[in-house]
Amino acid sequence: MTLPLSPESLLVLAVLVPFLGAAALPIFHYIPNLREAVTLVTAGMLLLVVIAIATPVMDGIRPEASGFEIVPGIAFALQAEPLGLLFALVASSLWIVTSVYSIGYMRANAEPRQTSYYVCFAIALGSTMGVALAKNLFTLFLFYELLTISTYPLVTHKRSEEAMRAGRIYLGLLLGTSMVLFLPAIIATFVIGGTLDFTPGGIFAGKADATVLAVLLGLYVFGIGKAALMPLHFWLPAAMVAPTPVSALLHAVAVVKAGVFSIVKIVVYVFGVETLVQAGQSGWLTAVAGATVIAASVIALKQDNLKRRLAYSTVSQLSYVILGVAILTPLSVLGAAMHIAAHAWCKITLFFAAGSLYTSAHLTEVSQLDGIGRRMPWTMGAFTIGALGMIGLPPTAGFIGKWFILSGALQSANWLAVVVIIVSTGLNAGYFLPIVFRAFFRPPGGGASEAGAESDMPREAPWPIVAALSMTAAGAIALFFFPDVPLALSKLMIGAEAWTTTGL
Amino acid sequence: MSSVWPHLPILQVVIPLMGAILAAFTRRGATAYAIALAASLALPFVAGAMLWQVLSSGPISYAIGGWEPPFGIEYRVDLLNGFVLLLVSTVGAVIMPFAYRSVGLEIDSGRQAWFYSVYLLCLAGLLGVTITGDAFNAFVFLEISSLATYVLIALGHDRRALLAAYQYLIMGTVGATFYVIGVGFLYLLTGTLNFVDIAARLGDAPPDRINAILAALAFVSAGVSLKLALFPLHAWLPNAYAYAPSMVTAFLAATATKVAVYLLIRLFFSVFGQAVDFAALPVGEIMLLLSIAAMFVASIIAVFETNLKRMFAYSSVAQIGYITLGIGLANQAGLTGSIVHLFNHAIVKAALFAALGCVFFRLGSVSLADISGLGRRMPVTLTAFTVAGLGLIGTPGTVGFISKWYLAVGALDNGSWLLVFLIVASSLIAIVYVGRVVEVAWFRPANSPAVAEAADPPLSMLLPLILLALATIYFGFDTRLTAGVASMAAEMLIGGLR
Repeated sequence: MTLPLSPESLLVLAVLVPFLGAAALPIFHYIPNLREAVTLVTAGMLLLVVIAIATPVMDGIRPEASGFEIVPGIAFALQAEPLGLLFALVASSLWIVTSVYSIGYMRANAEPRQTSYYVCFAIALGSTMGVALAKNLFTLFLFYELLTISTYPLVTHKRSEEAMRAGRIYLGLLLGTSMVLFLPAIIATFVIGGTLDFTPGGIFAGKADATVLAVLLGLYVFGIGKAALMPLHFWLPAAMVAPTPVSALLHAVAVVKAGVFSIVKIVVYVFGVETLVQAGQSGWLTAVAGATVIAASVIALKQDNLKRRLAYSTVSQLSYVILGVAILTPLSVLGAAMHIAAHAWCKITLFFAAGSLYTSAHLTEVSQLDGIGRRMPWTMGAFTIGALGMIGLPPTAGFIGKWFILSGALQSANWLAVVVIIVSTGLNAGYFLPIVFRAFFRPPGGGASEAGAESDMPREAPWPIVAALSMTAAGAIALFFFPDVPLALSKLMIGAEAWTTTGL
Repeated sequence: MSSVWPHLPILQVVIPLMGAILAAFTRRGATAYAIALAASLALPFVAGAMLWQVLSSGPISYAIGGWEPPFGIEYRVDLLNGFVLLLVSTVGAVIMPFAYRSVGLEIDSGRQAWFYSVYLLCLAGLLGVTITGDAFNAFVFLEISSLATYVLIALGHDRRALLAAYQYLIMGTVGATFYVIGVGFLYLLTGTLNFVDIAARLGDAPPDRINAILAALAFVSAGVSLKLALFPLHAWLPNAYAYAPSMVTAFLAATATKVAVYLLIRLFFSVFGQAVDFAALPVGEIMLLLSIAAMFVASIIAVFETNLKRMFAYSSVAQIGYITLGIGLANQAGLTGSIVHLFNHAIVKAALFAALGCVFFRLGSVSLADISGLGRRMPVTLTAFTVAGLGLIGTPGTVGFISKWYLAVGALDNGSWLLVFLIVASSLIAIVYVGRVVEVAWFRPANSPAVAEAADPPLSMLLPLILLALATIYFGFDTRLTAGVASMAAEMLIGGLR
C-alpha cells in the first residue's frame, strides 16, 4: 500500500487529530448535529491514521518524530512500536463506537454542557494517543498528566456535591501518585540509566543493583495510579459518578488502560524483562497484583450498584495485566498485552449495557434487574457476552489474554499466580452470572416495576446505544476468532527471540 | 548605531531613570503612560542585545564616567545578570499594556503621572541592582527600588495598603541596613567595593580575618534575605502584594524578589565563594532548611487563604523556597534549577497576578467566594489563570516542570532521595490551592449579579495575560533560552568556586 503521507507525519497526526477536533467542536456549539458530526469525523479519521501507521509497524518499521530537546538528552518525541500501536488501535476504534453511544446517551438523558463534554473527551483521546505513542518516559508522563486533567471535568460532569467530591479524589489521587512516586522514579531512571527512551531490552542492564530496581519498580507501579493497584484503587469506584459513556471509554478503556499500558511498557522497554528476571525482585509484585485481583473481586460480589460492581471488576481485571507482567515470562507478558485489548472490548460492552439500562429504565442496582432480559434482549444479550469475557470463557476475547497469562504462570511454575487466576475466575463467575440469571430467568417484579412507574414496560434504549453495545459485543467475539492483529503486535513486542522460547 | 553599542549597560538604567523624571514633569496620566510605555518597550532590546553580546564574546565591563574599575563604578554584565536583566525588562514591557486600563481604574487620575514616574524609578532601581558590579552602588539602587516600591504599594486603593507599605518600609530598611553593614565589613577587610576586586582580595586576606569575613557574610545574607522574603523573613510580603495595585503586584511578584535572589547568588558564588571554601560553611544547610520550611509552611498557609492575592503571595514565598533550595544544593543541576526558576516563576506569577488584576477590574474583588462560576463569564482570563496555575504546580509541558526537574536532579546528585520527595510533595500542596480556585471558578454556579454581568476585560489587558500564559507553555518545551543560559551561568558560578 502506498501512503499519501509518510509514517512520521501520520504519527504526529495520530496525536494531533483529536486535539484539532477538540478545537473545532466549540465552533458548532449551537448546531448540535454538526457538532456530533465533528466528533464522529474526528474519531473516524483517527482510526484511519492509526491503521495506516499499523501497516509499516507490522513490517518492522518504527516511525518516529521528535520536537524540542527539553532537557539535554530528553526530547518531546513520538515513536510507534507494537505495544503502543496495539493500545492506540484499541482506544481509537472504541472511540468511534463510544461517540455513537455518547450521542444517544447524552441526548436521551438531556445532559447539560454537552459541548465541553465532547471537547474534553477529544482531548482525553488525544492524550491517550500521546501515552500510547510516546517515545520516552517524559513524553508519556506529559500526556499521562494531561489525560488526568482533561478527564476531571468529565468525572465532575454532574457538578453535584457527590460529583465534586469524587472529582477531588480522582484528581488528588492520580496527580498525587504521579507527582510523588512516578516523577521521582522517572528522574531517578534518568540519573541512573542516562536516558528516558523506551529501548527494547531495557536501559538498566548492568547499571543498577537488584535493590534499586525493586525500589524503582515499586515507585512505578504505585506511582501509576491509573493502574488502580490496591490500595490506590479507590479513585476508580468514585469516578463512576461520571456519565456512563465516560465510565465506559475512559474508566474501562483509555484511562485505566493508559495505566496498565504504561506499566507493561516500562517493564518491557525500561527495565527489560531479562534484567528483572536476573534481579529476582518481582515476587512481591505478583503478590500485590494477586491480592488486588482477589480482593477487588470479593468487594465486587457485595456491590448492588451495577456501575460500582463493574468498577471493582475493572480494578480486578487491571491487576491481571499487572500479574501477567509480574510473572515475567514472555508468554505472560504477551498475555498482559492481549488482555489490554480483550478486556477493553468486553468491559466497554458491560458499561454500555449499564448505561442502556439507566437510560431506558433508570435502573442502577443489580437487585432491580429481575426479568429485564426479556424487555431489553439486545442490552442483556450483549451484557452476557461481556460477562463471559470477564470470566474468561470462550468464545470471547477475554479467554485469550487469560489463557496466555495462565500458560506463562504454569511455564514458570509460579503457583501463586496460577491459584490467583483460578480462584478469581470462580469469583468473576460469582458476581456476573447471577446478573445474567436474574435478567433472563427471574420473573419481572420488584425494582423493575417500581422504576417503571412512568412507563410500565421499559423498552430498549435509543438506537445509537443499542447499535454501539451490539458492535462492541460482536467485537468481543470477533477478537476471539480473529486475534491476528493484536497477537502479531504482541509477538513483535516481546521479540522474535523470546517468542521461540514460549514453545508455541 | 555603532556609537550606541558600547554604551548599552548604562542605557539600561538611564532610560527608565530619564523616563521617570520626564513622567514626573508631564503631570498628565496619559502622557506619563506613553513615556513609561516607550521606556519599558525599549529596555528588553537593550538587555537582549547585551545578553547576545555576552553569549558571543564574554562578559561586558563598563566603566561609569570613564573611571576604570576598581576605582570607579563598574557595570558588569555576565551570563547570570544578563539573563536577569532580560527577565526584568521583558516582564516590565509585557505588563505595560495591561497597566493602562488597570491603573486607570485603580489610581486617581491626578496621581497617575506620579505613579508611572515612581514605577519607572522602581524599574531603574531593579535593573541597577542587577547590572552593577559595585557593592555600594548595589545598595543605592536597592534603596531606589525599595523606596519606589513603598510608594507604589501605598498607592493601592485599599487603606490597608498604607499599613502594608509601612510594614515593608520598616522591614526593608532593616534589610538594607544589614546589607550596608556587611558591605562596610567587606570594605574594611579589602579596601574596595568592586565585586570582582573584593573576591580577589578576600582570598588573600590573612587567616585570622575569617571571623570578619563570616560577619560580613552573615550581615549581607540576612539583609538580602529580607529583601527576597526568605522564610521566616517574609512577613512583609503577603500584605504588600495583597494591597498593592494589581499592576504593581504583577510586576513586583515577577521582578523584585528575583533581583534580590540574583544579588544573593552573586554574593554567595561570585564574591564569598571565590574567597573561602563555601562548602565548609553551614550556609548550604541553613538555606536548605529554610527553603523546605518555606515550601511547606507558606504553601499550607496559601491553602487556607480566601483572598486570592494573599493566597498567591504566600505561594510566592513558597516558590522562593524552590529558588533558594537550588542555591543551598550548590551543584550544577541545582543551581541551574534556581536560575531557571527565577525566570519560570516570574512569568507564572506575573500571569497569575495579571489574571487576578483582570478579575478585580471586572468584579472589584479577588475573594474566593466572589468568583464562583466566573470561568464561563471570563473564559479567556480564567483559562490563562488555569494554565499559569498548572505552571505553578509544575505539570509537565509547563515551565514549572523544568525547574522542578533540575532541582530534583540536583537533589539526587547530592544523594538526597528525601529532598526529591520533599520537592515533589510540596507541589502537591500547590495542587490543593490552585485546585480550590479552579474548582470554584469553573465548576460552581454563578451566584452573584456581579459575576453574571462580568466579561473578559479589554484586549489591552488580555493580551499581556495571554502572552504570559503562552510563555508558560512555550518555555516548558523550548528551554534553549531559559535552561540553556541558566545552565551555562550555573557552570560559570560553580566553576569559580574555591
